[in-house]
Amino acid sequence: MTATARATASRRTAGHYRFRQVARMEWIKLRTLRSTWWTLAITGAGAVAMAVAIGINTRSPRGDLTNNALAGVVPGLLLTGVLGVLVVTSEYTSGLIRGTLAAVPRRPLVLAAKAAVFAGTTLLVGEAASFTAFFAGGAALRQGIAAPALTQPGVLRAVVLSGASFCLIGLLGLGLGAIIRHTAAAVGALVGGVWILTAIAAGVAPGAAAYLPVIIIGNSLSATRPENCPAHAAQCPHILSPWAGLGMLSLYAAIALAAGGWLLTRRDA
Amino acid sequence: MIETRGLTKRYGPVLAVDALSFDIRPGVVTGFLGPNGSGKSTTMRMILGLDRPDAGSARVGGRRYHDLAWPLRTVGALLEGRAFHPGRSARGHLAALAASNAIPARRVDEVLALVGLTGAAGRRAGKFSLGMTQRLGIAAALLGDPEVLLLDEPVNGLDPEGIRWIRDLMRTLAGQGRAVLVSSHLISEMALTADRLIVIGQGRLLADTTVAALSARSASLEDAFLELTAGTAGYRGRPA
Repeated sequence: MTATARATASRRTAGHYRFRQVARMEWIKLRTLRSTWWTLAITGAGAVAMAVAIGINTRSPRGDLTNNALAGVVPGLLLTGVLGVLVVTSEYTSGLIRGTLAAVPRRPLVLAAKAAVFAGTTLLVGEAASFTAFFAGGAALRQGIAAPALTQPGVLRAVVLSGASFCLIGLLGLGLGAIIRHTAAAVGALVGGVWILTAIAAGVAPGAAAYLPVIIIGNSLSATRPENCPAHAAQCPHILSPWAGLGMLSLYAAIALAAGGWLLTRRDA
Repeated sequence: MIETRGLTKRYGPVLAVDALSFDIRPGVVTGFLGPNGSGKSTTMRMILGLDRPDAGSARVGGRRYHDLAWPLRTVGALLEGRAFHPGRSARGHLAALAASNAIPARRVDEVLALVGLTGAAGRRAGKFSLGMTQRLGIAAALLGDPEVLLLDEPVNGLDPEGIRWIRDLMRTLAGQGRAVLVSSHLISEMALTADRLIVIGQGRLLADTTVAALSARSASLEDAFLELTAGTAGYRGRPA
């Protein structure tokens, strides 16, 4: 092809790359790694297995049976969180980031597309895992204990929000990955921030614990009665309402993504 | 096709690229020559908008790289080192890059055939030999049928057959009217491949000339290069 012919050919394709093209790239990247599907499959299987185990061992119909069935969500979050970290850091480890940013020099678009594609995937998988765990946990209950139904107050909300928490913790990981860029350090920050900080805060500052992701997911999102106050307790522990908890988790993810996007545009690749 | 003007990059106290100005023309292979650590890779990264210059500018076809409508269809680049995820197949890697610039999927198979990777397209790229890795990088650079090619040390680690293949490919691409900028620290390779030469040392422009003109200055091209870069060798910039 001569230079003139090539110039004509490139003029034929008007416009420029947009979110749609970049999102397609990120979707191909996500689905062409076997580790993506293994991680998501183990996350779902773990949540369901835990629901069944708790269901079989439930001896009393009292207590929040929905919350019990969703108990496998919190450990599974570690996997989607790490997957979110890897969506960004694996590009730095492999050197692919330079190819990505050469293909799409408008960097905020890259992070936005990564976040959107990852969020869509983990939301679907997370909801599927959450609903399956809920029904499996109910089915595993012994005779005489009625399984919770989605029509009971707060139950549908608890199942849906628990499913969404995979996506939100995943996005927090993705943002941390963009900020830190190194896999081990970013996974460390995620585990430290989400799990270890929770354990420390529970002992040191119980008032602050309500704002930490694991407490929000375990006690606000996945509970049908978030106050969950024992009848004879002198004082109820401070627990966020489900929707306030959802807002809090979204805020964490948004802050991490915004900081990651800001740094991505300012640093050399 | 590429113009740099006063391009400057500093890493802490080290001036990796020092007010570099040159033009890369279409239809010829331009060799980008300099000792290790002389700033070749940094310059290429700045042209691609990956590193931000501290001063000066680089333009491709009159536009900043950042402002290109379809970057991969204008500039194809092979950067040093691996630039793919080891767990992804060659086809998946190329398909993802193609999607970002709305390059049709059949082009992926075309470039795979062009570089001789059709049979290995479904294998995980992490298992590739060094030669196959370079071929995958070239395939990515050619995806968008670009008018400009930037190849950073493309013959590194290749066997003689691979070296000849890349040499012939570069000459073919330039013959089609494309601008080809190829960096190397191997003067002998440049003598066989390049028409024009840009020689840098310690980030500064030492010569912007033709292979013929530079060879005529001394007993050999190698002598001319060593005289030109005398005293500038050594690692000053970011590791190449």
